[in-house]
Amino acid sequence: MIEQIPPGLILIVGGLLLPLMPKEVRKVLLVVLPAAGLAHMIQLPTDHVLAYSVFDYDLTMVKVDKLSRIFGIIFHIAAFLTAIYTLHEDDPVQQVAGLTYSGGAIAAVFAGDLITLFVFWEATAITSVFLIWASRTERSYKTGMRYLVMQVGSGVLLLAGAIVYFQQTGSVDIEPWTDLGHHQMRGMFAFDSFGEASLAQLLIFFAFGIKAAFPLLHNWLQDAYPEATVGGTVWLSAFTTKLAIYALCRMYAGSDVLIPIGATMTAFPIFYAVIENDLRKVLAYSLNNQLGYMVVGVGIGTELAINGTASHAFAHILYKGLLFMGMGAVLYRAGTVKGSELGGLWRQMPYTTVFTSVGAAAISAFPLFSGFVSKSMILTAAANEQHIITFCILLFASAGVFHHSGIKIPYFAFFAHDSGKKVKEAPLNMLIAMGIAAALCIGIGIWYQPLYDLLPFDMNALHWVPYDTAHVVTQLQLLLYSAAAFVFLQKMGWYPPELKSTNVDVEWVYRKGLKDVALATGRALDVGYTTFRDELFGVAWGIVERIKRWHSPGGPLGEPWPIGAAAIAAAIMLILFLALGWL
Amino acid sequence: MEAPTPHEVEVVHRTLTDHLPILQVIIPLLAAPLCVLLRERALVRGMAIGVAWTCLAISVTLLQHVMEHGVISYAVGGWDAPFGIEYRIDLLNAYILVVVSAIAAVVFPFGRGGEGLALNPARVHLFYAALLLCLCGLLGMAATGDAFNIFVFLEISSLASYSLIALGRGRRALRAAYSYLVMGTIGGTFFLIGIGLLYQTTGTLNIVDLHDRLQPVIGSRTVVVAFAFLVVGLGIKLALFPLHQWLPNAYTHAPAKISAFLAATATKVGFYVLLRVLFTIFGATFVFTTLRLHNLLLPMSLAAMFVGSLAAIAQTDIKRLLAYSSIAQIGYMTLGVSMGNVDGLAGGIVHLFNHAMMKGGLFLVVACVVLRTGSAKIDDMAGLGRKMPLTMAAFVVGGLSLIGVPATVGFVSKWYLVKGALERGWEPVALLILLSSLLAVIYVWRVLEVIYFRERPEGAKEVGEVDATMLIPTWILIGAAVFFGLRAELTSQVALDTARMLLGTGL
Repeated sequence: MIEQIPPGLILIVGGLLLPLMPKEVRKVLLVVLPAAGLAHMIQLPTDHVLAYSVFDYDLTMVKVDKLSRIFGIIFHIAAFLTAIYTLHEDDPVQQVAGLTYSGGAIAAVFAGDLITLFVFWEATAITSVFLIWASRTERSYKTGMRYLVMQVGSGVLLLAGAIVYFQQTGSVDIEPWTDLGHHQMRGMFAFDSFGEASLAQLLIFFAFGIKAAFPLLHNWLQDAYPEATVGGTVWLSAFTTKLAIYALCRMYAGSDVLIPIGATMTAFPIFYAVIENDLRKVLAYSLNNQLGYMVVGVGIGTELAINGTASHAFAHILYKGLLFMGMGAVLYRAGTVKGSELGGLWRQMPYTTVFTSVGAAAISAFPLFSGFVSKSMILTAAANEQHIITFCILLFASAGVFHHSGIKIPYFAFFAHDSGKKVKEAPLNMLIAMGIAAALCIGIGIWYQPLYDLLPFDMNALHWVPYDTAHVVTQLQLLLYSAAAFVFLQKMGWYPPELKSTNVDVEWVYRKGLKDVALATGRALDVGYTTFRDELFGVAWGIVERIKRWHSPGGPLGEPWPIGAAAIAAAIMLILFLALGWL
Repeated sequence: MEAPTPHEVEVVHRTLTDHLPILQVIIPLLAAPLCVLLRERALVRGMAIGVAWTCLAISVTLLQHVMEHGVISYAVGGWDAPFGIEYRIDLLNAYILVVVSAIAAVVFPFGRGGEGLALNPARVHLFYAALLLCLCGLLGMAATGDAFNIFVFLEISSLASYSLIALGRGRRALRAAYSYLVMGTIGGTFFLIGIGLLYQTTGTLNIVDLHDRLQPVIGSRTVVVAFAFLVVGLGIKLALFPLHQWLPNAYTHAPAKISAFLAATATKVGFYVLLRVLFTIFGATFVFTTLRLHNLLLPMSLAAMFVGSLAAIAQTDIKRLLAYSSIAQIGYMTLGVSMGNVDGLAGGIVHLFNHAMMKGGLFLVVACVVLRTGSAKIDDMAGLGRKMPLTMAAFVVGGLSLIGVPATVGFVSKWYLVKGALERGWEPVALLILLSSLLAVIYVWRVLEVIYFRERPEGAKEVGEVDATMLIPTWILIGAAVFFGLRAELTSQVALDTARMLLGTGL
């Protein structure tokens, strides 16, 4: 019986029932449901399949294997931690949206066919937008609308692709990887160049691409995440994009086109992150950059790369969630996350400072932190497969990550010049959530074996050891030279002060002149894009307003016509139908 | 014993069972004047409920019989067709009879006596008399196989519904009933003109006979004109955009219980007659190959779907919101017809049944709300989620079904419609169906947000849950919307068979 319950359903149904409960019960359920969901999911055997049929079609609600399992586990953990993190706030809209959203994402991970995937894919889109709207500002409303358009658009592409695929093959099942030998895997829809891809492959590719925030399809992410509520951003950061990574990994593993796309994703957000002052937006850019590593891993598609992608997603959800939690706590207490208005908070928020710093160390992939044991796998896989340029870009991006997430975030929020703000430490529930996440970040970095056991391919067979001399030395060089450069620039007062930021990767990659050009280009792109977007949305809103006016009471379509007009309408319709016979 | 010769079958007179097709119509017709004579409130109410349940039992028996033995033909007064009036029950109208009488059986007992109707207690018996006449007209339209007889019952049901709508509170209800009367009469007249033209051409009023005799003259001007009058006349009855102008006011100002009954049955029977006219009288070939009706019906249906849903989003009154949503849902039904293939048509037919359940259920929820709060304004529903949890939960489920969420009936209809559109090669239409569902998400959510996430304002009237006489009928309809969503094969099989029958032989 209990096997008949699809994973994720406990969260969805429980979430929908929440508004009926009194406040205290809601809070308990918010935390208990993800835990119960995890307990239920864990005991499902790895080859568990739950099929159902709608009319004449056989669909697969649940298909458990090692890949879906690891994503299912981390999604549950993320939901659990975020639930604790948001306990201090009693907003039923966010509670329902958060639980159903995470439940939808979990159910989507276990979907065994494209139609089931589509249903939950759209469910995550529709539920998550309420986390943005829950800010209840005019700005968040508009941002939410833009976000919803992109997300639902992604779902529509997915459905269109599924239908085209069904027309071609008569099946909507999600097929397992093909093993090409030499540890190389290939997903059912994988393709190496756009020229050879079929329509179905392309439609689904772009559906996933929107959610995975591919370059040029990415803007919804940086647009929306900083507008959500304190807790909402933490919910959002965990699921949508990682669901897309999972879907890419399952169906597009081994697609060569993903490697340059992923490499671009790791590099370009860095320029934006450098010039950004809103620290949650910096994190959003850095999230985009982290996704790039995973996309590269999927594109390489070897067993090591896929393991790297899965473990990086696992580690990333924890440390990125932790960083968003830290910034959320700052926003909650200080009322702002503008880098230029913060500073010196470590005295007032010592625990938050420590936990956020752990997250920063993890994202920077310091040895003994979780980022190190996962990211190096992808880098090594890239080197093994002779993707030298990609490898170099990833290396550059790693330095960039250290700069904007590892140093910039904690430095501007907690250290730097004292802003003189008098704030309190974060609420206890926030500290507990952050504490658990920080413990996991360190725990995974040291005792990585349990995580490796969850990976799709056997790590022992791949002869992989994270802490060998080469990995550790390379990473330490990268980090220490970055740190040295940071201190050097800091002491010399050379970093551009008007940006309220420092640029430590300059010694590694480019000279100062090049950096200025890059910054200017980044700004120009940003301004151009924003203007274009605002214009476009201006026109779109105009149309929406007009439609609204017409259909509102008082408008020509929102209210019945007088009898005379209605009778004339009948006469006109009669003429039209008569015309049918003469045409 | 020897098998009787065919001649003997004609003469051997019938048992009560053989009279079921006419009993179905006669019982409510006779009960209506009885109501006026009895006057006693409880008695009248009990009788009306009894009649509705009897009709349900009869229609279920008929459906079973039709499914096992095929078409039932009953000659009224022993006068055989085409000279006498024939009652002809096939799969399609057996199904409609079940829908109409089932809705009646659930809605009639709703609420105690005149509760929630805001009626003068002294006039409750008149209310039930009109209600029974309306039921009689609707069942008659569905059961009869005679075109003129359809018109007669159409007028009976229409006149009864004008008076029922006029029972609503205030002058607005009178005005709404009056507009409906004017539009309904135009529709009825158009229908009658169409029948007259057909009679002039063929000399018969029997539907099956009409089909046969029309074939030689099918392309003639008279037939085309008759077709246009019939379709536009019915278009008014079933509130097809832009002929829907009577509907929003009528549903808004009628007592909510009446809105529930009419929304779930009246437009559905209109849709049934449209199917009869299109497929049984004229035949699919003429309609879709010669006239290419879909060129007109498709844009009208799409416009109905979008205008109805968008207008529903903008409304501030919950009854009006549901009324505009009905216009959109009727658009789905005619959309299925315009596809002209089995899946699309089955989608339209199954949506007829499905929409009857969910819209009936939702209007009953509104009836509960109006009874408790005295208002149908959406803003006045703030915080009702805590005060009336069971009623509001019914609204949630009904709303999900309107959207077309899987495991509800709304999903089943849309599934077939999308399938039909794709089969027809109308991919953009399939996309539009999905898009219009998104609009439903918006208007349903608007209400849910007020119900659950907005606090009840200070000093608002203290309200509580309604009693079982209201909750049970509401939940029967809403529960059915889920039950038939999970056991979709029960309804979709009938709909598919019916669609095949309508398209295959033209009969």
